[in-house]
Amino acid sequence: MSALLDVRDLRVTFGGTAAVRGISLTVEKGETHCLVGESGCGKSVTSLAVMGLLARGGRREAGLLSFAGTDIRNYGEREMSRLRGDRMAMIFQEPMTSLNPAYTVGSQMTEVLRRHRGTPRAQAVDRAAELLGRVGITAPGLRLGQYPHQLSGGLRQRVMIAMALMCDPELLIADEPTTALDVTVQAQILRLLAGIQKELGLGILLITHDLGVVARIADRVSVMYAGEVVESAPTAQLFADPQHPYTRGLLTCVPVPGKVRRDEPLGSIPGMVPRIPPGYSGCAFRDRCPHTHAECQGDIPRRAAGPGHEVLCTLPAGWFARQAA
Amino acid sequence: MSAVPAIEVRGLRRIFNVRQGLFAPPRQVVAVDDVSFAVPAGSVLGVVGESGCGKSTLARMILGLLPPSAGDVLVDGQRLSDMDRRARARLIQPVFQDPFSSLNPRRRVRDIVAMPLMAQGNISRTEMDRRVEEALSRVGLSVEQGSRFPSQLSGGQRQRVAIARALVLRPRIVVCDEPTSALDVSVQAQILNLLAELRRELGLTYLFISHNLAVVEHVASEVAVMYLGRIVETNESEALFADPRHPYTRALLASVLTPEPGLGVPDVGLGDTMPDPANVPSGCRFHPRCPLAFERCPIEAPKRTPYGAGFVECHLAETAAAN
Repeated sequence: MSALLDVRDLRVTFGGTAAVRGISLTVEKGETHCLVGESGCGKSVTSLAVMGLLARGGRREAGLLSFAGTDIRNYGEREMSRLRGDRMAMIFQEPMTSLNPAYTVGSQMTEVLRRHRGTPRAQAVDRAAELLGRVGITAPGLRLGQYPHQLSGGLRQRVMIAMALMCDPELLIADEPTTALDVTVQAQILRLLAGIQKELGLGILLITHDLGVVARIADRVSVMYAGEVVESAPTAQLFADPQHPYTRGLLTCVPVPGKVRRDEPLGSIPGMVPRIPPGYSGCAFRDRCPHTHAECQGDIPRRAAGPGHEVLCTLPAGWFARQAA
Repeated sequence: MSAVPAIEVRGLRRIFNVRQGLFAPPRQVVAVDDVSFAVPAGSVLGVVGESGCGKSTLARMILGLLPPSAGDVLVDGQRLSDMDRRARARLIQPVFQDPFSSLNPRRRVRDIVAMPLMAQGNISRTEMDRRVEEALSRVGLSVEQGSRFPSQLSGGQRQRVAIARALVLRPRIVVCDEPTSALDVSVQAQILNLLAELRRELGLTYLFISHNLAVVEHVASEVAVMYLGRIVETNESEALFADPRHPYTRALLASVLTPEPGLGVPDVGLGDTMPDPANVPSGCRFHPRCPLAFERCPIEAPKRTPYGAGFVECHLAETAAAN
């Protein structure tokens, strides 16, 4: 069976800057695939490129970009806009900027259905009220008549999720959906997403910088660095046996209650993300890597490190395990 | 070591008059309500709470940037309101969340760091240069980076500039308001390590405001949990994280997503009513969201029940202490 979303060798350039440098990933039906990385690593650009929403000046190339078995590489704006919001839905980080402040929640939600399906107004309103209830909003009738500024951040994000579900999408792309929210609300929203996914069998591509979110919600993780996926694995495997030095560094940076004692220094990655000039070759992490050596200048093999586990690194398999022993 | 706390706050309150419309009478919003605590010299008080709980208002009052409506702030035993701006700046300095908007984009780094010295006046050019260089090297920036503009630096480097600016007057106390929230995790770790190192070497006292409990657990020796303007629970860090008594503290702790796969997303047990500072609930202000609320909670405000070195404001803790 083919994957719901199958991206192979995706490249995005803005003028002379390569933002995404040959990314491959798949999202199966009912699977949550997390793209994790720090700012500027190209994770958001990847999601925008998949949806055909790159800013002007962005150039996309791909070996394959297939959605539900259809290659959508050559889709024009009209075909993409028919897909977006219908079979492929999106949620962004800041719900206030993605909602139109001049229209009520109800009119924005029903527009999705009326536009894609031509559903009559009354029926669309019923559907919107039903979905607001589904995402845990009490008094949906009241909320439908309100404007976005009258809602709290958590409520707005719930509205965004409900709106994304209006047309029963197969794929949901969520770019940092809980980053702007308080921790308690973040947990509520993620729980809601996980529940809805189980119920509807959605495929989710979730973009985040938060390893805590990844650990709790992802089935599969791809770690991005400087426009490449440097490591990809099933979630439990990635956290139990990280193989890329960047992944390992990232994991030691996060303060975990009970793991690192107060006042003991956290792990950190020296230096910062390099600018990648066109024609760059070799490992982009080599200048910050504690294990760098001569081979890191050349082409880096993508090697298997276990079932479904791939690493973009010259270190031999099992290297870290031998170091620890 | 002196017994005078570095920061002492007594019955601090701040009321904002919020206009609701052109002709509507203004409404009063109590952003900080009867907050008292003392931070011993050399320790770190972490203040946690959701957005709108009043933690930044509290920070601004302690920095002297906002006059309290009632109550006192004592810094090093002296009332903040009796000090002039220069004396205050020598004692207590801020580091804010966003290093993109808290640095003047049209000034070079070294001029930004020199600004507090210049404001104090009475300092020679050579002495000023020496102090700026010392502050920059303390935070790990080179002299060469000192001649750049903020736009030429990364987020982590900018936050280092903000820390250097806070340290240049050699203050005793630094108020950090979400100092790492805008940064990537790897940079956050660098900045947290730097702050810890500076505290040890310079004997600083921090008021550390954050919404990230994992970060607070890592840096703070004492923690205060704020909810709608009040401290609902406070204690030594170890005690509070090991044995949280307030249902709100428990919910906050439960919602921390540690990078441990297989645990799933926790049910924090809070309803979908959000706290509204303009409309504080009667009785215990947490009762509309509290999973353990009972008849007494909406009627009567809970008293402070002492436990360990701190206290908790909850009827359940009151009942438990009475038995």
